[in-house]
Amino acid sequence: ALPISVTDALDTILSTDSSAVVFGEDIKFGGVFRCTVGLAEKYGNERVFNTPLSEQGIVGFGIGLAAAGATAIAEMQFADYVFPAFDQLVNEAAKYRYRSGSMFDCGQLTVRMPCGAVGHGALYHSQSPEAYFAHTPGLKVVVPRSPIQTKGLLLASIRDPNPVLFMEPKILYRQAVEDVPVGDYEIPLSRAEVLKEGADLTLLAWGNQVHVLREVGQMAEKELGLSCELIDLRTIYPWDRETICESVSKTGRLLVSHEAPFTGGFAAEIAAFVQSECFLNLEAPVERVCGWDTPFPHIHEPFYVPNKYRCFDAIKKLASY
Amino acid sequence: LTMLRLCRFSFRKTRAWAFSPTRLLSSSGEPSGHEQSLYPGSKSRFSADIAQCRPLTSDGDGGVSLYRVMDRLGQLLNPEQDLNLSEETLLKMHKTMMLLNTADKILYDAQRQGRISFYMTSFGEEATHIGSASALNSNDLVYAQYREAGVLLWRGYTLDEMMNQCYGNHLDPAKGRQMPVHYGSKELNYHTISSPLATQMPQAPGAAYALKRAQAGACVICYFGDGAASEGDAHAAMNFAATLDCPVIFFCRNNGYAISTPTEDQYRGDGIVARGPGYGIDSVRVDGNDVLAVYDVVRAAREICVKMNKPVLIEAMTYRVGHHSTSDDSSAYRSIDEVSYWDREDHPISRFAHYLKQKIGRA
Repeated sequence: ALPISVTDALDTILSTDSSAVVFGEDIKFGGVFRCTVGLAEKYGNERVFNTPLSEQGIVGFGIGLAAAGATAIAEMQFADYVFPAFDQLVNEAAKYRYRSGSMFDCGQLTVRMPCGAVGHGALYHSQSPEAYFAHTPGLKVVVPRSPIQTKGLLLASIRDPNPVLFMEPKILYRQAVEDVPVGDYEIPLSRAEVLKEGADLTLLAWGNQVHVLREVGQMAEKELGLSCELIDLRTIYPWDRETICESVSKTGRLLVSHEAPFTGGFAAEIAAFVQSECFLNLEAPVERVCGWDTPFPHIHEPFYVPNKYRCFDAIKKLASY
Repeated sequence: LTMLRLCRFSFRKTRAWAFSPTRLLSSSGEPSGHEQSLYPGSKSRFSADIAQCRPLTSDGDGGVSLYRVMDRLGQLLNPEQDLNLSEETLLKMHKTMMLLNTADKILYDAQRQGRISFYMTSFGEEATHIGSASALNSNDLVYAQYREAGVLLWRGYTLDEMMNQCYGNHLDPAKGRQMPVHYGSKELNYHTISSPLATQMPQAPGAAYALKRAQAGACVICYFGDGAASEGDAHAAMNFAATLDCPVIFFCRNNGYAISTPTEDQYRGDGIVARGPGYGIDSVRVDGNDVLAVYDVVRAAREICVKMNKPVLIEAMTYRVGHHSTSDDSSAYRSIDEVSYWDREDHPISRFAHYLKQKIGRA
């Protein structure tokens, strides 16, 4: 399951990098999502430890650790609670190297956080804040879609010499089960993955939404006879413009989908860039199927999320433009 | 095996702890009501006297005293308490304070002449910089706010380096990316300044934790002002430093003002030193215009940090003689008489000069 792929990645780092420490709220007993189970027992309380309840403290502390040469792996208990740390992330972590002319950096910092819809999370246990941070040069933002992807991307993120935000779709913690390779492997950052090749449409998403679009693509094939190319963006920022533009230039039609609200969501950036780069290859305007421009509701979640029916409707619109 | 244990733990099996009155009555009662609490959050004694249950506030007692070694005229309060620093050190202290003061005058005027875009002086606070810097080792890390240039000068930052940064020329190792006075030096272990206040504060214990793990035998000093101390980052920093046993010195320059905001509008308690015990941090208040007293407390703090891996909070009382920056005219919110008093009657450099004349016959 996905938490174990996280534990596995952290275990790999802790066993090979003596400077590495893992910290955050409730980390010691194993974490509220079981991502750090067994690590404190194995590596000791000096390396795997609880912090006081303060996101700005956790990230600030992590920046200091990293700037002093330690591998710092911090956890935000929920992505919804990253905002007290926004100043430390945007004004400090992202700018640490630039403002010092590379005399100093906090590249050894990684901040993990569970994100996304989970069925009952409502306003404060469902958010996808990737767009806020994708607007911040100096940070990297990564979102995995599965346990195998999680381990490889997390290892790559921790080892990347830049501060990285690693957002784990929490709905996958219980849902996703895969045979994860036991060895040490990395999946490169800033490289999207084409999961299924297709000729008529490009379907682009990240995190759990990749699985929604996979199903939508199958529906489109069966009911509309359309061949859909499915891409997982994986790294939101800096994103793999080349793979996306290559695909859209081939298919001429792009659907981007994310749970985060429509306006200013990361699909907007992708759409703007694609229309600029691939204008003459486009057969239709870029379609974005996203969360609505409201806070994330509780009982109305099924209507809020970009479900397969809304995505299917968007495909019909794209195909018939 | 771990996985199997996890599978057996399910929500259906979680016990709902319910109040059971009969069980309570049948347990043997305690003799008095004043036994020790078993609450995880506090194991103090119970008391029926509410006066016992109230921590002291600062009203009435005038607050925590300020530690000083010499008076305003440079006379030692206690001759046995002379630190007996070497003549070389004493002269370097005086020279560096004078260098800072002089460079500040010139660079302030440079801004007025349109040569640099912005500048901040440290007039009146020279002793807080030099007293603290001289008590540290060169491999102790410095996290500063923006009014600590004397620490850099003590460590060997050159006037050229200061000016390269202020002018943002091609010789600036930070490549002209920041406003003037946002100094940094890898070589001198002084982390590059950033404008947002107090952001360096939680970073300092983080760096200290790394030093502790690396067994570097070094500590971190974190400078901040009376205004920055109000930020959430300051609270988080002290709490983290205490709970995670970080060898960090929190050094507050309480100079009476945050731009135009006097300390009466900044806090209601007894300054910043009174907050330390709230976090479980060893704290001391010092006369920040007494360079020897500042040296003394920082030296002692350093020892606590490095030997015991515990943070220390130092509040150095001082006065900001200059304006907040070149964008400020402080006559708009304070009297020239007030400023004049500190500049003439209680200036750290004059005080030290008097001391030197008595101690070594010259300044």
